[in-house]
Amino acid sequence: MSAPEKDIISPAGYRPAPDLFKILCQTASLLTVLMLGWIIYEIIESAWPAIQKFGFDFMTTSAWVPNRERFGVLPFIIGTLASSFLAILFAFPLGVAIAIFLSENFLSPSIRQTMRFVVEMLAAIPSVVYGLWGIFVIIPIVKAFGDWAVGTFGDFPLFSGPAYGNSLLTASVVLAIMILPTITAISRNSLASVPKTLREGAYALGATRWEAIFSVILPTAAPGIVAATILGLGRAMGETMAVAMLIGNSSRLSWSVLSPSGTLAGLLANQFGEAQGLQVNSLMYAALILIGITLVVNLLGEAVLRYTQKQTAGIR
Amino acid sequence: MQTSKEAPVKMTTDDRNLLGRPDFISVKDFNFFYGKKQALHTINMDIPERQVTALIGPSGCGKSTLLRNFNRMNELIDGVHHEGDIRILGKSIYDKGIEVISLRRSIGMVFQKSNPFPKSIYENVVFALRISGTSKKSELDECVERSLRGAALWNEVKDRLHESALGLSGGQMQRLCIARAIANRPKVLLMDEPCSALDPIATVKVEELIRELKQQFTIVIVTHNMQQATRCSDKTAFFYLGKLIEFADTPKIFSNPSEKQTEDYITGRFG
Repeated sequence: MSAPEKDIISPAGYRPAPDLFKILCQTASLLTVLMLGWIIYEIIESAWPAIQKFGFDFMTTSAWVPNRERFGVLPFIIGTLASSFLAILFAFPLGVAIAIFLSENFLSPSIRQTMRFVVEMLAAIPSVVYGLWGIFVIIPIVKAFGDWAVGTFGDFPLFSGPAYGNSLLTASVVLAIMILPTITAISRNSLASVPKTLREGAYALGATRWEAIFSVILPTAAPGIVAATILGLGRAMGETMAVAMLIGNSSRLSWSVLSPSGTLAGLLANQFGEAQGLQVNSLMYAALILIGITLVVNLLGEAVLRYTQKQTAGIR
Repeated sequence: MQTSKEAPVKMTTDDRNLLGRPDFISVKDFNFFYGKKQALHTINMDIPERQVTALIGPSGCGKSTLLRNFNRMNELIDGVHHEGDIRILGKSIYDKGIEVISLRRSIGMVFQKSNPFPKSIYENVVFALRISGTSKKSELDECVERSLRGAALWNEVKDRLHESALGLSGGQMQRLCIARAIANRPKVLLMDEPCSALDPIATVKVEELIRELKQQFTIVIVTHNMQQATRCSDKTAFFYLGKLIEFADTPKIFSNPSEKQTEDYITGRFG
């Protein structure tokens, strides 16, 4: 007699034990969400007295007088947005241009590799070092440019005088350098991943390199470039140390990019150490607003990203 | 005597001249190297006008390399060089007076994997016209209809010309790429295994199209599919290890080849 046939499917292999790996992953992801919730809860709780006292006026008034317990962060909201968008204005064209340069074969691969490394090294420099460098290098340059600009375009509100060294423009220039590696690295990756067949298709139709880059390669890489810009913008908004050292931290509203300004992050860093009572609550309220702005920007960016992704879906 | 000061020579696009010239494309003692590796050895062949010439042979035999030399696409690769000459209508494509851009504008190319740009169907077709500076809407419209009809795609897409080309099926995409390649009325159409990624029905459509298109274009097609070569080509060239082994009328190659290597290959004894 032959050995009894074993079932291919048998209950012997089934163990109703808990899946440890699954539990581990679930716990980790749950912890992250809880952490975020906890942070936001703490901020709202400490901001609550200020929220009750000032309500929406907090965002639309521009007084910041701790002695009289009058707080309004409008200049800092505007300063945060203005410095970040100005930084993107400088860093976007430069970053995308560098990314194109590094992803096309203008130079030999070894030189490109070196340049790529150097650009990415910019991200490794600590914020405070950028701040110091800005004080010693960028401030004199911006001051000199400012004096000239006030003399030449002084009637134009953006360049109305007097020109200061610690100004919105100084902070934006340094911010632009700081977010350059983010924009360059991600844009470069997305340009490099444009399929070779598309480049060939463009060249085979008689496109020059310029035409191939601008009408085929850049549009195909657009989602990645958009993502790079959002990340850069997010970084610029939250950047604290270098900006606090350079922007002048003024709560006076001004049209001029040559005047001192202030950002929410800079406000928090400068004042938290000595703040008491309602000032602490107000700073927490400001922090909440900063989180809100960053969230809105990221959501908007995500929407743009999805739209551009839809345009190029199916290419890879 | 050609001097470098002369304006770049444009390929003629007049339809009437030179009926059935037997050496429309003429390859003379052509050697080609990727770095130190020689990919083509002393190729000599004349490709006739308005006929379909198929290049066959096992992978790595140099047939695609030769095809990509006709519009100098190989020059996008670093470290390549060539010896010998390729002439189109008696004019060397390596002449100082020939600009590679204008050469490529007068030669259409269809690739193995369809490569529509992430643009609308309309913009894909008129790409070549746009980059050569045409922006008159009537001209572009005419070109889109003519090219899409030429590629047997018009009826399927005429109601959605402004939708993304990436929503088409695989076979439609490849026919769109053919339409894009013929939009600028090139004289030569190069096809690099155009059906290898298509299903049998789409393949039949493209093959029918190739037979249609040879009324107007000189077609060179690289294929791995020998039935395809017999179905749609007039002449066939068999390559092996970078050498042109045999080049003759398609029926002769497949029924009575002169070389033993050719016979072995087409009967499936190797490759």
